Amino acid sequence: MDLDPLILSRIQFAFTISFHILFPSFTVGLACWIALLEALWVGTGKGIYRSLSEFWTRIFALSFGLGVVSGIVMSYQFGTNWSRWSDTVGNVLGPLIQYEVVTAFFLEAAFLGILLFGRDRVPRGIHLMAACLVALGTLLSSFWILSANSWMHTPAGFEIKDGRYFVTDWWQVVFNPSFPYRLAHMVTAMFLTTSFVVAGISAFYLLKRRHLDHAKLGLGMALALITVLAPLQIFLGDEHGLNTLEHQPAKIAAMEGNWEGGPRAPLVLFAIPDVEAETNHLEIGIPALSSLILTHDFNGSVPGLKQFPADQRPDPRIVFWTFRLMVGIGFLMLTVAVVHLVLRFRGRLYSSGWFHRILVGCMPIGFVAILAGWFTTEIGRQPWVVYGHLRTADAVTPSLTVEAALISLVSFVVAYTIIYGAGTYYLIRLLRTGPTHVHDTRQPPEAQSPKRPLSAADPSIEAAE
Amino acid sequence: MQEIAEGSLLTLIWVGIVGFAVFMYVLMDGFDLGIGILYPFAPTEEDRDTMMNTVAPVWDFNETWLVLGGAGLFAAFPIAYAVVLPAMYLPLLVMLIALIFRGVAFEFRFKARAGRHWWNRSFFLGSLLATFAQGVVLGSFIQGIPVYERQFVGGMLHWLSPFALFCGAALVVGYALLGATWLIWRTIGPLQDWCFRMARRLMLVVLVGVAAVSLWTPFLLPQIAERWFSLPNLFFLSPVPIVTAVLAFALWRALDNSRDVAPFVLSMALFALSYLGLAISLWPHLIPPGVTVWEAAAPPKTQVFLLVGMAFLIPSILGYTAYSYWVFRGKVTGAFGYH
Repeated sequence: MDLDPLILSRIQFAFTISFHILFPSFTVGLACWIALLEALWVGTGKGIYRSLSEFWTRIFALSFGLGVVSGIVMSYQFGTNWSRWSDTVGNVLGPLIQYEVVTAFFLEAAFLGILLFGRDRVPRGIHLMAACLVALGTLLSSFWILSANSWMHTPAGFEIKDGRYFVTDWWQVVFNPSFPYRLAHMVTAMFLTTSFVVAGISAFYLLKRRHLDHAKLGLGMALALITVLAPLQIFLGDEHGLNTLEHQPAKIAAMEGNWEGGPRAPLVLFAIPDVEAETNHLEIGIPALSSLILTHDFNGSVPGLKQFPADQRPDPRIVFWTFRLMVGIGFLMLTVAVVHLVLRFRGRLYSSGWFHRILVGCMPIGFVAILAGWFTTEIGRQPWVVYGHLRTADAVTPSLTVEAALISLVSFVVAYTIIYGAGTYYLIRLLRTGPTHVHDTRQPPEAQSPKRPLSAADPSIEAAE
Repeated sequence: MQEIAEGSLLTLIWVGIVGFAVFMYVLMDGFDLGIGILYPFAPTEEDRDTMMNTVAPVWDFNETWLVLGGAGLFAAFPIAYAVVLPAMYLPLLVMLIALIFRGVAFEFRFKARAGRHWWNRSFFLGSLLATFAQGVVLGSFIQGIPVYERQFVGGMLHWLSPFALFCGAALVVGYALLGATWLIWRTIGPLQDWCFRMARRLMLVVLVGVAAVSLWTPFLLPQIAERWFSLPNLFFLSPVPIVTAVLAFALWRALDNSRDVAPFVLSMALFALSYLGLAISLWPHLIPPGVTVWEAAAPPKTQVFLLVGMAFLIPSILGYTAYSYWVFRGKVTGAFGYH
């Protein structure tokens, strides 16, 4: 592969956004979970809710910090590496990003300060409100950024003059055809991701016979949410897929590994797609099942890659597998939910060590599924950056040189390796330490809130190690 | 003047909003970057804890103004975003990497044991390089950016010039002054005494820097010289340097009299005057020397859609910012809250 500014910019974008998305994926759900725990603490005065909230707030602070610094990179990268895209779509997407900043980023940043450091400085109700506003901020952020992303998949409400996009109807821009599906699918995915982390950590404490009360509370709440969301997510994913079939059929063909298209299409379970020969090798499929899933009819006709000109096809070699990975994890999540129900009815949820070990192993699956899903949808949009209108190759900064692009890519890889390495190390130390005890009193016996969130954990870490 | 009439009020409002966001960023991240620049020179490790604690609850909020400035440019003046960012590719890369390392230092430093000195260094170097890069971007922006067919046409080192590097150094000293005067307000005892001493020295260097940039700028572009030195402009604009001199004198007195709050307020006012001077030099160009704000403006449909939200979002942001600073008001000492 020849190195040119285009491919380097694409790799850099994929790299930086993949790292960035891990943090919002986790913090959106976590913010809501913390707000719920704070509400329970204010409502019941039970110390366990407060100490669990403080524990997860420390983890939230670390993750949020990493999300902020990697997010600033994103907001500048649009301009530095994709200046033709910026100039062409700025009239349309600029305001959506701007609304994300003013409705979400400021809200999160301002009230996170109060949530972290303000417990002893503001009334209890204000502290709870701060927790709720941080959660609201993370959700608003998801709303705007997913709207902007969806518009690039299913652009609507615009006209093109002199090669640039001008808005004709803002409602159609914001609520473009794929947005409701993408928003529902992604927010559910983020809640599932957080739930699996909370369940995994709680299971880890149960296995280690530590923090048993906190662990049971966390495990019970997380698994209850998983039981609701896992089946819901499979339904939402199917709906989103049908929406993609309607608006981006070439992407569906690539995801399904289907070259010919037509009726009675098999569901391909395994294949090695060959772009040169326009066929699959070693294909194993279930006859007519793809037609059934996509059209709800065995004889339904589905799209095939060969129906599209070669220069308008996404490359199936990655999306075929990332899609299967995502769907596989979806069904794994459903299995966990079902097993949990069986164990709960038999009253053995908190005593089944084998299940707890599985849950510990399942901690990262939400992150993996989210990355796999985004790889599927973004690579599946290629060769377009704005689907059907603007090619990725025409979006890159014309003045960018190979040397500059290479320098920036290497710099980001090195910096992120150091930062995320250290971050993961500190995160694991925090998780191993666990929650600290808080009395069931309305007035805490002493000021327990640290000036820095992480400093509170330090003495106990020293003791634990 | 014909193009001004068309949608001019909206564009003017947007110039005001983006200009305000950038200025807010300079002030707010200015003092916390300044703290990072002063960081290794602080008398003791406890003082360093205190310095960091004075901004811990607000730093990521302060940095959000940077995102607002960037996003505001993208939304209201897309061509400026599409031209200025590629032209500054390498200095912005330095800024972003530096901001990453200094941002995580807040979270990691109090967490680390043996590795703490690494995060001290990360905080200092990150703050220093981010500030220097911002100054370089500013300097090379003033010098002008070549544009053809709505895109930057120039090399990857186009930004590099003695003037740009000088602006980088000047901004480092400027932010350090903001940081020192912020700490005068928020600390007590030996640390505060040290900050008074630092602020006095920094102020002298800042004044030299401001004077040098002010005298250098008109020589960069003839249109800037004409703006300041032609009649009757010379007469109308003379208050800018005069007020700057008065503010500098007031700051000197405030430092001499060991005032608590006044040095920070006066330092911010010095920044405001410099910013105003810059705006006067560049107006009406958004990308000097060729592209005006009128040419760069997004269409009215975009401007209006955004303005509807801004009209109540910006005031509410300022409201809860004020509340957040009020919650964390008062002097911060090393002993308080931490361990």
